[in-house]
Amino acid sequence: MVVTARGWGWRHGTRAAWAVRGLDLDLIDGERVLLLGPSGAGKSTLLRGLAGLLDPETGDEEGGLSLDGVPVRRARSEGVQAGAARTGLLLQDPSAQTVLARCGDDVAFGCENHGVPREQIWPRVQEALDAVDFPYPLDRSTSRLSGGERQRLALAGVLVLRPRLLLLDEPTAMLDPAAADGLRRTVGRVLDETGAGCVLVEHRVSPWLPYVDRVVVLAPGGGVRADGSPAEVFAAHGEALAADGVWVPDHPPARPSRRPREASRTGPRLLTATGLVVARPGARVPAARDVDLGLDAGRCTAVTGPNGAGKSTLALALAGLAAPVGGDLEASAGLAAGAGPRPHRWPARVLAARVGTVFQEPAHQFVAASVAEELAVGPRVTGVDPVTAGRRVDELLERLRLGHLARANPFTLSGGEQRRLSVASVLATRPGLLVLDEPTFGQDARTWAELVALLDELRGEGVGVCAVTHDTELVDALADDVLRLPAATATAV
Amino acid sequence: MSLPTDVLSSPTGVDTTAPLARANPSAKLAVALLLSLALVLTTDAVTAGVALGLVLLALPWCGLGPRALWRRGWVLVVAAVPAGLVTALLGVDSGAVLVGSGPLDVTAGSATAGLAVVLRLLAIGLPGVVLLATTDPTDLADSLAQDLHLPHRFVLSALAAMRLFGVLAQEWTALGQARRARGLGDEGLLGRARTAAAQLFALLVLAVRRATVLATAMEARGFGAGTHRTWARPSRVAATDVAVVLGGVAVAVVATAAGVAAGTWELVLAG
Repeated sequence: MVVTARGWGWRHGTRAAWAVRGLDLDLIDGERVLLLGPSGAGKSTLLRGLAGLLDPETGDEEGGLSLDGVPVRRARSEGVQAGAARTGLLLQDPSAQTVLARCGDDVAFGCENHGVPREQIWPRVQEALDAVDFPYPLDRSTSRLSGGERQRLALAGVLVLRPRLLLLDEPTAMLDPAAADGLRRTVGRVLDETGAGCVLVEHRVSPWLPYVDRVVVLAPGGGVRADGSPAEVFAAHGEALAADGVWVPDHPPARPSRRPREASRTGPRLLTATGLVVARPGARVPAARDVDLGLDAGRCTAVTGPNGAGKSTLALALAGLAAPVGGDLEASAGLAAGAGPRPHRWPARVLAARVGTVFQEPAHQFVAASVAEELAVGPRVTGVDPVTAGRRVDELLERLRLGHLARANPFTLSGGEQRRLSVASVLATRPGLLVLDEPTFGQDARTWAELVALLDELRGEGVGVCAVTHDTELVDALADDVLRLPAATATAV
Repeated sequence: MSLPTDVLSSPTGVDTTAPLARANPSAKLAVALLLSLALVLTTDAVTAGVALGLVLLALPWCGLGPRALWRRGWVLVVAAVPAGLVTALLGVDSGAVLVGSGPLDVTAGSATAGLAVVLRLLAIGLPGVVLLATTDPTDLADSLAQDLHLPHRFVLSALAAMRLFGVLAQEWTALGQARRARGLGDEGLLGRARTAAAQLFALLVLAVRRATVLATAMEARGFGAGTHRTWARPSRVAATDVAVVLGGVAVAVVATAAGVAAGTWELVLAG
């Protein structure tokens, strides 16, 4: 698939600024390109443009973008008529891409849309599922798949249309390390076997480098800032890319200077779990069992383990948001401050003043119409006087670089800004214990480094930190203690 | 508050080889609609009672045991019984006073009306429960698009939206936990209502965001681009499906005839 962009630009209908502008780019057939650029440089817009999905009724276009000399939108509709797509788009969020309830039907969906005759559909579906090593039969329910399995299924749904160019929009950002590694190898093998090319958008560059042969860096104002082999581009622009949040090899994000696991001082115990058993609401099988864990002031504990090991469910219990189904969870008198030893029984305002929880999805915890109000909610409900509360809000706006966004709606922030706000809003009540669920998921290197520095500071101030995470670099940078949960055991309580 | 998390799961606890369970989903839908129509036309207890009796008689062929039926249909009973009681207590009084006195009494007339409300709700709801319990939504969508030739873009969009519903149920739980973590939810009734409204708004924002991603994924796989679509799963109307629909017609006709014969049948619109 030959890709040609000539002065191409796109502006979304509701925005004043162009997402992409003045882009000149040529890709030859089978080329594997890593597309980089700071947040807002229009990487995802370019992928959607190449897929022929940008509707001229919803935005302004300039210049030309074509596949094998055919304008992208016509290339898409021609592909649909011909029964094979020119491009295949794989997105970041595994749970938002599944269309149908049964795995086989989901893969067949694209064939049906492309008018593939029924007798050819099922052999093609099986072939595509085999190509991604999908382990389940066709009638497996899609709701029972893990994130990694869903991404494989989505990839099969794309491959069944035999695209010559794969468009990969951070396809591993939300997967655990093992699932991400598996998906990368599958993509690499598929590209080898089919000879198809790819355009890949990804923050964490290093693990993908064996699979790409060219790096293109988009400039935020428009056009291309750098273009060449990975070695050339990273040698010439590594530092600037790292500053933009790209995980550049040889330019890792900054880490706290203090070495973890050598904490000289450990504060008092905050929370003790003994033989703790936790389950999701309504589940008959516990998510994690026999958990023994002590969380101390001024220490960072990382909880790791494979997908489905019950890490998030454990975090909810530790944070007083879900009742344990067995064993014992006891808050120390220091943490409880007179509220009793069972965090899940505390009223919400009592809990918020003692334990702060940062959710994996920042948008889940936003409750106000502006960033400043969001920060003021916690102090207000926990009874902090308005003057002190106002001072804390100003401090947090400053500390987490949110000052210029004070009046913005939280839902309109970028991913990194949302993450910073979600942490800041929780810190506003000065909790003694901070529980974080996958705080670095999908974050770029800059936000990652800021978050690690902040957690390190909080630890230094005597806050107990407990992070549930797949991120091995986060564990290395920060954790004083590591609890590794084993894979799920399917036995009833 | 919790919502069912897996609305698209294949029927469980149901014998899918039973004759009525196996029938074409459009045929089952037609029967449910026919019975609803017959019972919307009149409000009397005899028509509703006969219809409910006949539907109950057909249950053994639906592949739905008493336990499976109760698990899915209890909501109907919970809704129908209070509605009937309220009608009996507050409905237009006529005939002999059976219980109580003053405005809150039960007369022969209001008791009959209350009974009719219960029977109607059950008789209208039960076929719907059986339809949902024995039908895979994907099969229903296939049938609606292929057999009834409803616009496939509409049918498939609705089907995809139903799958998102399960995801949103999980989001709702997470939103509730996140609000507790932020210290909200114990400010009394008014505060709680405000928190719930904000939570609903957040859910809508998340739903729109997810729907946008899903729409992109669907369009990237050719959805909505071509005029000619093929179907991986054929849906056909068999002779037995015609028999199922005729059976539904028969139930509606017999029930209506019984109402007319008893002299209780009265066209609502004529009222």
